[in-house]
Amino acid sequence: MALFSKKNKESLVTPLLKENPVTIQVLGICSALAVTSKLEPAVVMGLSVTIIIAMANVIISLIRNTIPMRIRIIVQLVVVAALVTLVSEVLKAFAYDVSVQLSVYIGLIITNCILMGRLEAFAMQNKPWPSFLDGIGNGVGYAMILVIVAFFRELFGSGTLFNYPIVEKLRLYECGYLNNGLMLMTPAAFILIACIVWYQRAKDKTLQEK
Amino acid sequence: MKFLRNYLNKIKPNFEEGGKLHAFRSLFDGFETFLFVPDDTSKSGVNIHDAIDSKRIMSLVVISLLPALLVGMYNIGLQNALAAGTADTTGWFDMFVFGLLVTLPKIVVSYVVGLGIEFTVAQWKNEEIHEGFLVSGILIPMIVPVGCPLWILALATAFAVIFAKEVFGGTGMNIVNVALIARAFIFFAYPSVISGDGVWVATESILGFGSDVTVDGYTCATALQHVANGVEITGASGAQLSVMDMLFGFMPGSIGETSVVAIAIGAVILLWTGVASWKTMFSVFVGGIAMCFLFQYALPENVVAQVPFWQHLILGGFCFGAVFMATDPVTSARTEVGKYIYGFGIGAMAILIRVLNPGYPEGMMLAILLMNVVAPFIDYCVVQTNISARAKRLTKKN
Repeated sequence: MALFSKKNKESLVTPLLKENPVTIQVLGICSALAVTSKLEPAVVMGLSVTIIIAMANVIISLIRNTIPMRIRIIVQLVVVAALVTLVSEVLKAFAYDVSVQLSVYIGLIITNCILMGRLEAFAMQNKPWPSFLDGIGNGVGYAMILVIVAFFRELFGSGTLFNYPIVEKLRLYECGYLNNGLMLMTPAAFILIACIVWYQRAKDKTLQEK
Repeated sequence: MKFLRNYLNKIKPNFEEGGKLHAFRSLFDGFETFLFVPDDTSKSGVNIHDAIDSKRIMSLVVISLLPALLVGMYNIGLQNALAAGTADTTGWFDMFVFGLLVTLPKIVVSYVVGLGIEFTVAQWKNEEIHEGFLVSGILIPMIVPVGCPLWILALATAFAVIFAKEVFGGTGMNIVNVALIARAFIFFAYPSVISGDGVWVATESILGFGSDVTVDGYTCATALQHVANGVEITGASGAQLSVMDMLFGFMPGSIGETSVVAIAIGAVILLWTGVASWKTMFSVFVGGIAMCFLFQYALPENVVAQVPFWQHLILGGFCFGAVFMATDPVTSARTEVGKYIYGFGIGAMAILIRVLNPGYPEGMMLAILLMNVVAPFIDYCVVQTNISARAKRLTKKN
């Protein structure tokens, strides 16, 4: 079987737009609201989730035939929890500041519905390689929305991008420009995600309900 | 009038299907129905129409807002003169013109942005223009302080019209008050231009009218902020405010909210024409007074709670909110019993926020927005109670 057969490509690409975990399946909203006030934690969060989904998908897919059906949720949880702990420790060791900013949300990846959803719906029925691609696709789909939301929230809320004071450098404050405090609050993330959903549905007529 | 009608009839074909100005049909339609009551009649079935349509109702509300707006303009000039120490030498007409010059750009910005979005949406969805923004457009400049920058006002108006109104389906479909959403947006996004003590008095002269306040970093808080800080209520000149000042609205505050007398004139117009519900208005005051008395006894230590109840009612936006915001027929409760509950809730919540939340000296805006959200639930409960009461009566009879 070719590595990038049509079916494999699909499992990689559809979660980016057509089956996006955040805007279409409306999963993982909690963390999308919580970690997106700055770009840096959003990128790290997106990366962590992508790595964890991909690896958990592969592991579960490898042992899918040996897992007894009745305890499969527990097995999935153990795998995810182990990976989350690993990622969390790595972050604490090499990116301490960001891990402080993300606080409990790295640990809470365990409860992220996207993960359990992919393990249940995909990894349990598919071979490791397609499962890996599916995990990457979903992780990137999630990370993409996070980064878009965080971009607008950081730019308008704090006037910076990756902590670079872009608004100050453009001398906008001297013209009377002010940072938008609402953008730093969680409701702004809701409104921004709603705008993305709005845009996506307006573009793609097949997504609209009758 | 005749001339205007003839002129409209003459240019009308340009805007109809196939005309060269067809792209602006919603604009033409909006103006035509604003100027003249449309003479379209129902084509089928029997329909009973009231002679008054929503454009006429909106115009009545705008008329009832005018006294508050005019007094507000005069007050801007007066506060500016008081702050600069030139109150004795400045005539009332100069003060009014200064206020007009300060307020006019805000009104223009609010209408241009709001109506611009309305026209665009109407054109895009191929619908008629909704008239709802006529009132919101005048309300928005009236509930912001003089010091609010125009670009922030424009942004807030755009946000309110798009996210509080158009996404819900336009005029008549919004669940929360559009003008208050604009204010809430400024309040949470740019707190420095709508709270604190630097934005309530105009400090720069315009076109020779008004005076420049020479004191560097001049500050003057609103009456409610003085109350919250537990200090004497003083005006722009530093002198203590009399009860008459509070009633006539000669104190710092948002542009249209200060004058109780002017708001009362508006209230009379609204009630006399039957546009606003006296039940809502009345119960807002009852709720506020009840809460004031409750806190007066429950919290003897709290300075805001110890302010006499009549002062709570005439300071800040309480009257303005009760008369013009709470009675908005779209967002308030629709059942008659519900109106009492809804109004009472607004009054009570407003005083509750003022007394218990030290961060917000004024609670009227948040109270009305909260009750806007609760209103459909109140209606649901009232209707369900009625249904079950009637069902019970029926089973008893049989």
